[in-house]
Parts: sequence; C-alpha cells; structure tokens
Amino acid sequence: MDIELITNILYATIRTGTPLLLVALGEIICEKSGVLNLGQEGMMLLGAVAGFIAMYHSDSFLIGFGAAALTGVLISLAFAFIALHLNASQVAAGLALTILATGLSAFIGADYEGKTVTALPALTIDGLAAIPVIGKALFAQDAIVYLSWVLVILAYLFFKHHRAGLAVRAVGENPSVASNLGLPVMSIRYLAVMFGGALAGIAGAYLSLAYTPLWTENMTAGRGWIALALVVFASWRVERVMLGAYLFGFASIMHLVAQGLGLSVDGNLLAMMPYLATLAVLFILSRDPQKQRLFEPMSLAKPWHKGH
Amino acid sequence: MKKVMKKLAVALSIGIGLNASLMSSSAMAADNNVKVGFVYVSPTGEAGWTYTHDEARLYLEEKFGDKIETSFVENVAEGADAQRVITQMAKSGHDLIFTTSFGYMNPTIKVAKRFPKVKFEHATGYKRAKNVGTYFDRIYEARYLTGVIAGHMSKTDTIGYIGAFPIPEVVRGINAFTLGLQSVKPDAKVKVVWVNSWFDPGKEREAADSLIDQGADVITQHTDSPAPLQAAEAAGIYAIGYHSDMSEYGKTAHLTAAVHNWKEFYAKRVQQVLDGTWQSTDVWRGMDADMTQLAPLSSAIPADVKAKVQSLSAQIAEGKLHPFTGPIVNQQGQEILADGQIMDDNALRKMDYYVAGVEGKLK
Repeated sequence: MDIELITNILYATIRTGTPLLLVALGEIICEKSGVLNLGQEGMMLLGAVAGFIAMYHSDSFLIGFGAAALTGVLISLAFAFIALHLNASQVAAGLALTILATGLSAFIGADYEGKTVTALPALTIDGLAAIPVIGKALFAQDAIVYLSWVLVILAYLFFKHHRAGLAVRAVGENPSVASNLGLPVMSIRYLAVMFGGALAGIAGAYLSLAYTPLWTENMTAGRGWIALALVVFASWRVERVMLGAYLFGFASIMHLVAQGLGLSVDGNLLAMMPYLATLAVLFILSRDPQKQRLFEPMSLAKPWHKGH
Repeated sequence: MKKVMKKLAVALSIGIGLNASLMSSSAMAADNNVKVGFVYVSPTGEAGWTYTHDEARLYLEEKFGDKIETSFVENVAEGADAQRVITQMAKSGHDLIFTTSFGYMNPTIKVAKRFPKVKFEHATGYKRAKNVGTYFDRIYEARYLTGVIAGHMSKTDTIGYIGAFPIPEVVRGINAFTLGLQSVKPDAKVKVVWVNSWFDPGKEREAADSLIDQGADVITQHTDSPAPLQAAEAAGIYAIGYHSDMSEYGKTAHLTAAVHNWKEFYAKRVQQVLDGTWQSTDVWRGMDADMTQLAPLSSAIPADVKAKVQSLSAQIAEGKLHPFTGPIVNQQGQEILADGQIMDDNALRKMDYYVAGVEGKLK
C-alpha cells in the first residue's frame, strides 16, 4: 500500500463516516433527554429529498442544507407530538415515522428521481492540506465535515460543562425529579427531538448534495439504522460516537479497498466488523448492570407526563 | 392529474407498508382486451433495470393502443410480497404477467399453478411451467464490446468493475468484459469490488472511488445506481454504464453502456397472446434479436475504434463471433475451453470462476 492510497483511505473514511456521525450525534442528544426516536432513516430520507429539491431550484447549498434541517425539525415535531404529547409508545411512533417518511420522500421526490446537482465543493486549507497522510483527510473536506466536528465539540462541552446540558441529562434520567426541580421537561424533550431531526435532515442532505449528488428513492440504504446502533456502541457519549462513526466508515472503505488490492480477507467479514464491535460493546455493558445504568439514560423510551 | 394520483398511490402504499401499488395506466377497457401486468423490483425511475422494462411497457401501449391494457406494480420486494402482488394481478383479470426479477421465480411458479389460464413471463429465471416462460438477454455480448472499448481507452491498463453479488449472471459479465479487454490488451487487469447490494448509491460511490484510488482509469458496474458515473466524472476518468444509457450522469466520463432492450420481445409475446398462439418458452437472445444493445458511443472514442466496435457487434449479431470462444483460461491458469471451441449455454449459465486477468477472489 503506498502513501497516497493511505491518504485517500483516511479521506474517504471521514467522508463515509460524516452522515453517520451527524445522525448519531442528533440521536444521542435526543436519547439523553430520555426520548428514543427510531425515525432516523426516514428523517434522513426526507432531509435528502428536501435538501435536493431546494438545491435544485435555488442552486444554493445554504438553502439546500437549511431546507433539509428544517424538514427534519418539522417531521420530528410530528413524532414528538405523538410520542410526548399523546404518550404513544416511542418505539412504535419512531417506526411509524420511518415508514411514513420513506413513502413521503418517494412521493415528494418522484419528479426529481435520477436528477443531479453539482456536488458540495471541498474547502481546502492550502498549506495544511499538503501535510502527508493526514492533510487531505483533515484539511481538504467540505463544509459539512467541518461543521460536524464543531458540533461534536459543542455537544461535548454542552453536556460536560453547561447547566443546560445537565438539565437535558436530568430529564433523561428522571423526568419527575427534574420537573420537581423546576425544569421544563416537555420543552427540553421537544427541543432535543427537534435537534435530532435537524441533524438527521442535514445527514440525509449530505448524501444527496455532497456524497452522491443526486436524488433517488431509498438512497440512504439503511444508514439511519446503523446510526442507532452507533449510539449504543458509543454508550451515549459524544466523543465516542465520533470514533464509532469513523470506525464504521473505515471498515466500510477497507472492505472495498481490500478487495481491490486482492487481499485474501473475506470482504463480508470486513463488512461485519463494525457490527461485531457494537455487539462486543453491548456484551461488555450488559455484563455490568451498574455500568450500564451509568451510561444509558434511565428513562429512555419511557412515557412521562407532568403529575405522574 | 394521473401523475399526481400515481405519486399519491405510491406514497400511500409505501406509507402503509405495502411497498407497492397497482396502477392501471389506460382507461378501463372492454373485457375482450388483453391485460398485461408488470411486477417491478425497484422504482421505474430514470435509469436502470426496471426503467428498461417500463420503457418496453410504454412501447406496448403505443404499439397496441386500445387492444391492450397495461398495469404495473413497482418496488415489490422479492419473497412473500411478490407472491401477494402476483396473485392480486392474476386475480384481477390479467392475461399476461411479466415478473421482472430473479427473486420472483418461486412466487411466479406458485401463483401460476393456481391460475393455469394466466400466462407468465419470468425474467432471468430457470424454472418453467406450461404457463410460465422465461427470458433474459445476452447482455454479456455487450459487455464484451465494452471491454474492447475500455481496452482502447485505458492508459493505466487497470479497469475497475463494481459487482453486486457474485452470482453467475454478474460473473459472466465480468468475464466477458475481461475477454473483450484482453482482445485489445492481453495484459490489462480488471479489479473487481463487490458491494453486496444491487442498489446503494453511497456504497457504489465508495467502491468507485476506491478503485480510482487504486489506479483504475475506466470503471464499469453491475449495480443499479448512476453513482459510479458521478465518481468517474468527478475524478476525470472514463466509465461504462449498465442497464440503460447513463450519459447524463457523466457527460465526459460516459463512454457507452451495456443496455437491455425488451421492446420487440414483449411486443411479440403480447401479439401471441392476442392471437392465441402463446406457448411457454425459454428465450435467451442478444444482439441478434436486438435484445442487447450498446448505448450511443461517446465522442471521446476515436473513429477507428467506433468502426471496429460496430463491425464486432455486427459479427456477434450474425453469430460469427462469440465472446466466449476458446482458448479460455481461468484465474488459476487452468484451461476452461480449448482453442476454437465455443462455450455452450449450460456452461455460460453456471459460470462460477474468473478468467485470467481478473484480480480479486471470487470465493
């Protein structure tokens, strides 16, 4: 393997991991508030189609990604209303959201099927991008990749050092206690769900505007579901989700590169790696209930209403 | 309005988890007309496998006018869903049903037993019955020609090939392509990357990029999305499409594509149903019957190469040239076919090895 190939693998790893990172980060924040939203795949698809249509007509990436984020927010509000307000099962509401959004994205996008737009350009930082091996991966990416890094840092600081971050965690651990302490449980949960929706929308638009700049039905191909596994892999920790997303990205790339190199590793085995890692983490966590409780928000997926 | 209704039907049906919907596209016709149904595995879209079948359906409507009525169901998952949809079609008075994906084979046979008067045509399968015929095109003939073109256009002598699943149909295409390539450049290599999916634009893009990173300067695919074309266009290299003309996805990258053409075959079968002469057959035809074609050749291809490809394609159509003519040697160096011999259809259908010159492991 020559240096250039390694450089390209690292570059591709980050690009491949980026949509996963965005959607998983959104889901972590949502789950930290105690809400389990299984609608990631659907929200990504709606973000992908909305972002694509907005970009197609406006030729502005800002409008494209903005429309995707807004669409994610709106559709997640529908979920929040059903799951939080009407106290429906969060699992069922999330699954319904995915099914609905999958159909809706096909409906909205029917006239745009197979059309293309120009791809989101890379923002190359000239001097730094020339650094051997890592330069291209770190300093020749597009704006959304940089945005995802900023978001990870902000989310980390938010949960670690900010009162509001503690409030979100308190709501996720025990909404009744949080409510008694005067925290607006419902508002916090709504905001967390909306934030998750926005990030899922942007993640979808990353596929349709940057990665493969076209719209076609079901183009997310299960990435929303992978992101849900990533949250568990990361055991609800922001910094670990970044690691997990890039691990998935790396395994996905290596599975293809190894075949091209003629390495005698079974491609299917490599494709399984991230899932095996997730299983391993689940196994380790479940062996120690004490530890598990420390990581997973205690009230995750449990309905709550004031006065309960 | 019809389009809006169609979209709404699709959205609703997918929304409620059916993943399919039945659309009648001509007005209610009299009972003595022939009703022709189509079951599609993916959306009709703008390019790809299902698109080629729907093009043929539209051609039937144009050709037969009021004499027939066509309908289709798209996005039908292989398996239980397929059986339900095919049953529904047979029940609702269809006379001839085209089931256009390999995974519909068993469902088609099962439903056909219950509806002996309905005629079925299953694409790419091998199980037949009195009222079930099978058909496919010899797309490997076009693959061979695209290999010849790649041989003339490649400078690195490394071609990238994105495969979906390692089944004979795909392996046959890879081998035919490689034989065509090597007829021009005996030492050129084909790197194969399997993505384990028929349709995943992201994964196909990653595969294309990884092949380009490893020195491929022409890439081709046996997957459904145009993402590899976009990757080639972005990298400034050439690409060869599949299923249908994909030139709009890579204006400078697209050299040509190996294309299916079902129009005349479908028209013939419908005519036979109208005439009452339809019988179950196994049709596997290629350029001789115009079932397999090449998309228009890019202006990047030099005139002498174009002329050569046209002459070769005429030879294939006339039966003078068979892509799988010996000597053929497999990856391990063993002789598969002796000099001058032509591979029979049975061997073609079961192909489970790479010919020499393909890089990568099949199993």
